[in-house]
Amino acid sequence: MTEITYPTGDNTLLKEALSDRKIGRVERFLGPENYRILKGLLKTPASIMGFTLIGFFILVAVFAPAIIPPVGNDPYKIPRDGFSGEPRGMGSEWKKNVPDMPFWYKTVTGKDHWVHIFGTAQGQYDIFYGMIWGTRTAFRTGFIVVVSTFLIGVILGSISAFYGGIVDNIIMRIVDIFMTLPFILMALILAAVLTPVIGKSLIPSIIALIAFSWMGYARIIRGDILSVKERDYVLAARVVGVRNYRILFRDILPNAIFPTLVLASLAIGDVVLGFAALSFLGIGTQVGYADWGQILSFARNWITSLQTYWYIVVWPGLILVLFVMGWNLVGDALRDVLDPRMRGKT
Amino acid sequence: MSTYIIRRLLLVPVLIFGITLIIFGMLQFLGPVERSALYVRDFPKNDKQIQGIIKKYGLDRPVYEQYWRWLVGVKDPATGVRNGGVLYGDFGYSRTASQPVIDIIKNRFPNTLDLALWAVVPLLSVGIWLGVQAAVHQNGWIDQAARIFSIVGTSFPTFVFGLLVLIIFYANLGWFPPGKMSDWVSQVIYAGGFHQYTHLLSIDALLNGRLDIFLDALRHMFLPILTLSYLTWATFVRVTRSSMLEVLRMDYVTTARAKGLKENVVINKHARPNAMISITTLAGMSVVGLLGGVVITETVFNYPGIGKAAADAAAQLDVITILGFAVFNGLILILSNLVVDILYGFIDPRVRLA
Repeated sequence: MTEITYPTGDNTLLKEALSDRKIGRVERFLGPENYRILKGLLKTPASIMGFTLIGFFILVAVFAPAIIPPVGNDPYKIPRDGFSGEPRGMGSEWKKNVPDMPFWYKTVTGKDHWVHIFGTAQGQYDIFYGMIWGTRTAFRTGFIVVVSTFLIGVILGSISAFYGGIVDNIIMRIVDIFMTLPFILMALILAAVLTPVIGKSLIPSIIALIAFSWMGYARIIRGDILSVKERDYVLAARVVGVRNYRILFRDILPNAIFPTLVLASLAIGDVVLGFAALSFLGIGTQVGYADWGQILSFARNWITSLQTYWYIVVWPGLILVLFVMGWNLVGDALRDVLDPRMRGKT
Repeated sequence: MSTYIIRRLLLVPVLIFGITLIIFGMLQFLGPVERSALYVRDFPKNDKQIQGIIKKYGLDRPVYEQYWRWLVGVKDPATGVRNGGVLYGDFGYSRTASQPVIDIIKNRFPNTLDLALWAVVPLLSVGIWLGVQAAVHQNGWIDQAARIFSIVGTSFPTFVFGLLVLIIFYANLGWFPPGKMSDWVSQVIYAGGFHQYTHLLSIDALLNGRLDIFLDALRHMFLPILTLSYLTWATFVRVTRSSMLEVLRMDYVTTARAKGLKENVVINKHARPNAMISITTLAGMSVVGLLGGVVITETVFNYPGIGKAAADAAAQLDVITILGFAVFNGLILILSNLVVDILYGFIDPRVRLA
């Protein structure tokens, strides 16, 4: 092989193109640019920590029935040990509605009867149960909201970018207006409006979060489509007379969608945060539903005696923060990888 | 510049139309009886009354007619008195608080303003400073620390952070209580002799020469301000850092260095002012957000601002009230965004020429 003289400047891409590096199956499937994003994500320590946290929560959600078996028919109803208003401390004895004994309990705690590991909240709801089953609630709401906002964003963004002109203008102004509105206040209002119509459940909050968080994806996918639209292979498809929608779905979208897809999947942390905020404010689920924001909202009535009842805040708060942080760590690494100035450096 | 301002002004009606349309759309989930709270104070007692109200205020008319009536109100042909009309500031009646929505806003908004006033400086200064430091010492320890600070900060839900500082500084140490004022302050105010010039407690205290009341007001605002600041810093650090890094790579910074300027002159005189341009928008948005009332922070600390009022109304499903707040909030947002954008045009010529 002859010695290559490179032009001055950054030649990473050129070197890459001229190298006879083996291209793996994953890379062939994703394309070089998307492969680089994936590789970048799997290399940074921060994002590895993030993935670990996310993996931990997935395990907790999947094995929730093994960690603390449900009591009664609806596993999402936190079992109540009586009805007294006063919260009870950590390690106090569990008398009524006691769950079955899981396999790990005796080895870890050394006891052969259930205690309230993290105490009970007002109304004798067990905090530990709420935290474990709340993980499922978090994933469910996060997943539904993310998938819906992603779809809305992608549909509106692609229409906007593909047709351009006045359609583009109208859709983007709608995006602007939605972005001006304060997120939590508007979500709070919509959830409050929908609750009497739908009834107290997860759904009003989910719809409210969807309605006010799709805009970012519409913007990003629009930008990416606009750049892909000018590529030669799209022009080639046009020249041979491929129909519009086919070009959009077969040539443009698959090549433009990846960054939006990754961003959306990492937004689960933010969604769960917003959802918890709504239930903290007392909107959404029924009292006693296994949901982190709900447990935290119990602390609102005990603000003057939090030195005694700190565990109502600290444990559910910790699990919520760790959950969100897991996604944020990966998201932060992604921001670096997606930054165009970093291209070709990882 | 004037074309830029005119173009920006033309956007105002579009924004008003868009935002009111979204809010009016949410109103459509309510039945006519509930919507009657827009125009009349009391809940209609019988069928005949309901029919009368529906007819009088056109609650059964086509949606676009109702939208117009909602915007400008309905004039009583006999007396000439206008009822309703959100653009005139008549947001209807709050049946849970049994008073007009605008009165709640008049009572609560000064408190929100008071909090915003004292939160602005800490909110904007520390995050930006830390971001600049992180960029200047890229990959140094301060950069890593700022990064961890930022990730932890963005992962903390406002209410968890707020409750945690309450546990530490109120429940355990007893330094900073929640609420707006101590009992003795409210006694002083209701006893008379304390003139409420502005209805902003801290400012009024200063104008009355009551330093003790002023300190009490600050003491109550400390934790909300800390919460708001910490969470804003987390975002500001990140944005400032990346914008500063971008500027530091510019040719004119290299030139400044090449002609032998001291490093702190390069950073403070050449780089930082240009990095600040992109932060102006974010800073503007944060300040605007403060004015709209900070729902969660005010709720956690029991601070009687407009955000707390909104949360209370929402928890009681008093939709008319909370939609009234939304319109008020939307109008404030539009106006303050206008101001921010025009200021932005002055600061950055690229914006007004685009």
